[in-house]
Amino acid sequence: MVSRAVPIPGAALSRGLAIGYLSIVALIPLAAVVSKSFENGIDSFWNAVTSPQAVASLKLTLGASLVVVLINVLFGTLIAWVLVRDEFPGKSVVNSLIDLPFALPTIVAGLTLLAFYGPDSPVGINVAFTRTAVVMALLFVTLPFVVRAVQPVLLELDREMEQAAESLGASRLTVFRRIILPNLTPAILAGAGLAFARAVGEFGSLVLITGNIPFKTQAASVFIFSMVESDNPIAASAVSVVLLVIALVVLLVFGYFSKRALRHEE
Amino acid sequence: MRSKYALRFIALAYLALLLGIPVVLVFVNAFQDGIGAAWDAVTTPEAQHAFWLTFVMVAVAVPLNTIFGVVAALVIVRQRFRGRALLNAAIDLPFAVSPVVVGLSLLLVYGTRDGWVGNWFAEQGIRIIFSTPGMILATMFVSLPFVVRETIPVLREIGTEQEQAAATLGAGPFQTFFRITLPAIRWGVAYGVVLTTARALGEFGAVSIVSGKLQGQTETATLHVEAEFRRFNETGAYATSVVLCVLALVTLLAMNLIKPKEART
Repeated sequence: MVSRAVPIPGAALSRGLAIGYLSIVALIPLAAVVSKSFENGIDSFWNAVTSPQAVASLKLTLGASLVVVLINVLFGTLIAWVLVRDEFPGKSVVNSLIDLPFALPTIVAGLTLLAFYGPDSPVGINVAFTRTAVVMALLFVTLPFVVRAVQPVLLELDREMEQAAESLGASRLTVFRRIILPNLTPAILAGAGLAFARAVGEFGSLVLITGNIPFKTQAASVFIFSMVESDNPIAASAVSVVLLVIALVVLLVFGYFSKRALRHEE
Repeated sequence: MRSKYALRFIALAYLALLLGIPVVLVFVNAFQDGIGAAWDAVTTPEAQHAFWLTFVMVAVAVPLNTIFGVVAALVIVRQRFRGRALLNAAIDLPFAVSPVVVGLSLLLVYGTRDGWVGNWFAEQGIRIIFSTPGMILATMFVSLPFVVRETIPVLREIGTEQEQAAATLGAGPFQTFFRITLPAIRWGVAYGVVLTTARALGEFGAVSIVSGKLQGQTETATLHVEAEFRRFNETGAYATSVVLCVLALVTLLAMNLIKPKEART
């Protein structure tokens, strides 16, 4: 609850500082990207976004992100389940290491995957410069999202409902499908939304392992980078705007689900 | 019961194949020519300069974002004004923006050719793009939301009763903030600082675009990893990565130490 009894030190000043800082660091630069993308009118924006190379890169990014989110939903939920309901030695260490992809620089993430799945792979699996590499890099960097979204909900989940269902003769699969899964769904979707937004914009982990081959392994973020390097800021800005809109829409939808998940917790 | 072991096996195998074994292999590759070679690789003048530059990024961006984070959290939680929800949402924007777009956006404001104010700064003799200020701005952009996000829930939790009591007893606003509010939210802020630091240390894409990648001048630790790899100096790339891996592990440790304290407040 807000209380008006406490005088806030320089309310207007602090508000101005916060808004001013945010504007200078983030909002004005983003406005510059939007402005640049439409600099030569909507036709040149449209041409930039629909150039074959841009379309191929956007398709790859969206397709790979979708695959990555589906795998994350499956394995993220499974990992959360094992971390909450199972007991085994070393569980707390495994639990802490889930966040490693958040803490590890993305370029190191890419090098890490290249070490095991690249040309010098000790097990002879080489996916470097293929679309599989794009998917693997995105899987690496988005690993924690679904796990960390599902874990707290699973911890809070009332076991009595499950026990009641089991005592009434429901099989374990039925209990999971009818009781556990419906309770986890908002959290799973919230994690999936965050993972998707992250995957769509990912850059660092893709640089070394995908080879950035246009029409084959060049993701949208890498396409933007190459447009900046080849001095085509309008094309770079136009595709940036598309990525921004996609991420914002996904995060808005995510916000809706995470609010539902929070309401569930209460 | 058998299904329990099957699930555990699948989950752990997935983590090992995606995360565990590859990360261990980075350490193995770094030390393949011995510890001496790895040490030499991370102590070359270029490597030392890269680590120094990364330190500068963190030393400037993290304190600025921390002050902003606490002020913005106070504004969002304690003030009522038009556009408050919009401000709250806008703070999350950097999470939705690709690092490459962050770099591009700064070029379009501060670049000397395409930028809105780049020429003005150039006339004053201030270089922002392809120089340290631009890289600091990029680091600030990508790590902006963490402190705000971690502070807001704690600030909501503690309420205003103690602050009101302090005010009634004659404490000024600053005294109330430093003696009541800040100690109560310190673990939330600390958690945000850890996340901000990790992000600032590891930023690659945004910094890559605004740096111009001038070796020994604008090359941070992450850019140095890429440069060494492209020069076929694998030991250099892996050894620098090991240093960054260790910093990431320290980050995880700090997160695990702070989280329970935060939960208790």
